[in-house]
Amino acid sequence: MTMTLDSKIPDGPISDKWENHKFSMKLVNPNNKRKFNVLVVGTGLGGAAAAASLAELGYNVDVFTYHDSPRRAHSIAAQGGINAAKNYHGDGDSIFRLFYDTVKGGDFRSREANVHRLAEVSVDIIDQATAQGVPFAREYGGLLDNRSFGGAQVSRTFYARGQTGQQLLLGAYSSLMRQVGLGTVKLHTKIEMLDVVVKDGRAVGIVTRDLVNGEIRSWSGHAVVLATGGYSNVYYLSTNAMYCNATAAWRAHRRGAAFANPCYTQIHPTCIPQSDEFQSKLTLMSESLRNDGRIWVPKNPDDTRRARDIPESERDYYLERIYPSFGNLAPRDVSSRAAKRAVDAGNGVGPLKNGVYLDFADAISRLGHDKVEERYSNLFEMYERITDENPYETPMRIYPAPHYTMGGLWVDYNLMTTVPGLYAIGEANFSDHGANRLGASALMQGLADGYFVLPYTIGDYLAGWLNTPVVPTDDPAFAAVEDETKERVAGFLASRGTRTVDDFHRQLGRLVWDYCGMSRDESGLDKAISEIPALYEEFKSDVKVLGTGDSLNQTLEKAGRVDDFFQLATLMCVDARHREESCGGHFREEYQTEDGEALRDDENYAYVAAWEWTGDISNPVLHKEDLEFENVKLATRSYK
Amino acid sequence: MRVTLQVWRQANTDARGEFKTYQVDDIKEDMSFLEMLDVLNERLTIQGEEPITFDSDCREGICGTCGVMVNGQAHGPEAATATCQLHMRSFQDGDTITVEPWRAGAFPVLKDLMVDRAAFDEIIASGGFISVPTGSAPDANLIPVPKSVAEAAMDAAACIGCAACVAACPNSAANLFTAAKVAQLNMLPQGQPERWDRVLNMVETMESYFGSCTNHGECEKACPKSISIDFIAIMNRDYVKAKFKNRRLVSQQG
Ligand SMILES: Cc1cc2nc3c(=O)[nH]c(=O)nc-3n(C[C@H](O)[C@H](O)[C@H](O)COP(=O)(O)OP(=O)(O)OC[C@H]3O[C@@H](n4cnc5c(N)ncnc54)[C@H](O)[C@@H]3O)c2cc1C
Ligand code: FES
Repeated sequence: MTMTLDSKIPDGPISDKWENHKFSMKLVNPNNKRKFNVLVVGTGLGGAAAAASLAELGYNVDVFTYHDSPRRAHSIAAQGGINAAKNYHGDGDSIFRLFYDTVKGGDFRSREANVHRLAEVSVDIIDQATAQGVPFAREYGGLLDNRSFGGAQVSRTFYARGQTGQQLLLGAYSSLMRQVGLGTVKLHTKIEMLDVVVKDGRAVGIVTRDLVNGEIRSWSGHAVVLATGGYSNVYYLSTNAMYCNATAAWRAHRRGAAFANPCYTQIHPTCIPQSDEFQSKLTLMSESLRNDGRIWVPKNPDDTRRARDIPESERDYYLERIYPSFGNLAPRDVSSRAAKRAVDAGNGVGPLKNGVYLDFADAISRLGHDKVEERYSNLFEMYERITDENPYETPMRIYPAPHYTMGGLWVDYNLMTTVPGLYAIGEANFSDHGANRLGASALMQGLADGYFVLPYTIGDYLAGWLNTPVVPTDDPAFAAVEDETKERVAGFLASRGTRTVDDFHRQLGRLVWDYCGMSRDESGLDKAISEIPALYEEFKSDVKVLGTGDSLNQTLEKAGRVDDFFQLATLMCVDARHREESCGGHFREEYQTEDGEALRDDENYAYVAAWEWTGDISNPVLHKEDLEFENVKLATRSYK
Repeated sequence: MRVTLQVWRQANTDARGEFKTYQVDDIKEDMSFLEMLDVLNERLTIQGEEPITFDSDCREGICGTCGVMVNGQAHGPEAATATCQLHMRSFQDGDTITVEPWRAGAFPVLKDLMVDRAAFDEIIASGGFISVPTGSAPDANLIPVPKSVAEAAMDAAACIGCAACVAACPNSAANLFTAAKVAQLNMLPQGQPERWDRVLNMVETMESYFGSCTNHGECEKACPKSISIDFIAIMNRDYVKAKFKNRRLVSQQG
């Protein structure tokens, strides 16, 4: 085994680690920065922030996105808000408390040092965004407003109406575009990265496909940064945008970057259920609805009456019944699993019997129509637009959906993967959320990585390559990867099979959802580990991709992404199979308490599982990074 | 339900396009308009005809990626609704629906229904920002911003950059898009230092790509976020002032 996991966690007390590290890292002198070329893939919160900040420091930056504009990255869709330990409300918040909540929320499967740094820089993010003109919500005195969010007992979530992600991304995008205008960043839109080029053990560039004319070409840089988002779309149906995919991370993995904790995925409890089998995207409804809505299903699975006509005695308010103290506010994972059980038992509601009711009738009689409208009108309107049902009159139907992936490329404290010179930031890495992410913490992490961590840590690596020119793109290392990429693209076009890419993706998604979704067990995972590779073989020989490779071809793009999802899905199941405990988003039926809560095994599983690619999709090699908890005591999460 | 589509097909920017007719049977009212196109595309693929190219991503009306002319209306018949939020229940069984790309000189068709909107990025790069290098910002509560100002800035900032405003405008003007960003930043205290340069640079870049505004107001009607044309008035006012200020500065130096 050649791979070693060196987390490079600095010495010293937790609160001094980052300061000390910043001081001890090598620096690149301002005049030398322009001699370095950094390739940034992705323009979401992570990528846009990193590209802008690196250019401001003086580096030459090339930034890539498959979108037509950097502003379209999936970060734009985040609604709720962003956490920061500002303690503007004097309610006892602090960096340590945010750190503590995040480690605990992650069910003790994250790295303490990274999380503490995240909490430290959270405050700078709010300053930065405000200075950029991000119109955060304000109080009458003109100061910034906060709301509270799941998993915290303080008010530390900053927000911009229901569009926080949009406004933060547009802020980062504006800084990025300023640099584009100044010529320090070269922007490449509608360009998809399809591989990483590694020479002499370090990342030296990437290979891309131009989505408009199909050109496959190489780019060289002193370092490569992947800010390419998460992989929830492996499930086919998720709250992620249609184009979100894992190709960049997966191709990096195949070139030597370890993939950490792929089985840690988050299912969001309040999404609108699928309306038909052709639906391609699920919509999230803010979790805040659970503050006033009551969740129930009819007791009789064959009940065909309208919700309003079902008498109280024939309804099962199952969350209130099973979790009397938390009731409808049971945590994300617990309430998601309870909904699945109800639907699996045949008690689901709606035309496809694939949802549960979220009922506001009591809230309306208790608070009045106007109060409910004031609190939720925009959500009710969004719901009605999609379903054509009026939540004031008939209960909403909701169901859990894949939403966020905690797993990702393994990175050290400097955010470098196991391939020197290759970095991963934002949702693409595994770093800060352990086995479960708290609400409003992904935006924080993406911007922390992009604005305040990577721009410093990358210098430590680059300093060692001063006056070394980039590897030219006519080097055989580039030619080899370009050839492989061309062959791969041509392969999809050549197969001339009978089934569409989406058809395969739907079937794959179903398998991953059934066996590696909200709850998992050994026999299901074994089944998935044999069925997914079999379906993958079918995909390779029977997929039908029309058109050509040298033109805009959306089916061809999708074929490559689904091909990578097949491989990643297998790894997710292998990881889930090996982790014989339940923690956060990873729930193994075999490991639960009497109350149905996740049962961790800290003795045997308090480690990061980092997988090495071997060429055989079902047989990766496991490397372990042991996790040490020196500042937060290991404890069982409890909702009693 | 069943609809007949007349869809603009164009192989690439330089190719000549034409309408093609497709019958789409067996679709459900609850499908979104783009899901209906997804279904058609799968059927076309099975039949051996290349699927229709169109852009979309979030499918919840926030990313601004989608956008086509539906029966001659940008984003279709529903007010304040992006194409991805349009549902088949807005149409009647048996309807014929015409689907075309945005039409504007600054937005070349890339293929079928997909256009290139890079000109919008150019406008932002010319001034749609506040120059604040990372790490140099003061504490966020140092400058209080009146709630009403923050709310008005947010109203403008809600623009999703889809370009429906340009597509709907008889002159292909981009004033609503540009004004939304100018107004957001020029209203906020943080935006004051660059206020006059911002409006000059952005308006001039806009004019190099797009037509002139003659106050038709079609943009506001087509906007999926109901961005108000009042912001255009703010931009125009600032533009005139900026011209005047600059002249004065020039004459002082002169
Ligand atoms: C509906 C929804 C609501 C959410 N709400 C919240 C919330 O309220 N608070 C919160 O904290 N988090 C929230 N999240 C999570 C959060 O939005 C994301 O985790 C975060 O925005 C990810 O940012 P990112 O920069 O890592 O990636 P993304 O924003 O996904 O950006 C990825 C970028 O990479 C590019 N890219 C990817 N692959 C390639 C390739 N191969 N070649 C070229 N370019 C590529 C894309 O074009 C894009 O620019 C929400 C998520 C969803 C789905
Ligand atoms: S697809 Fe994002 S706005 Fe329509």
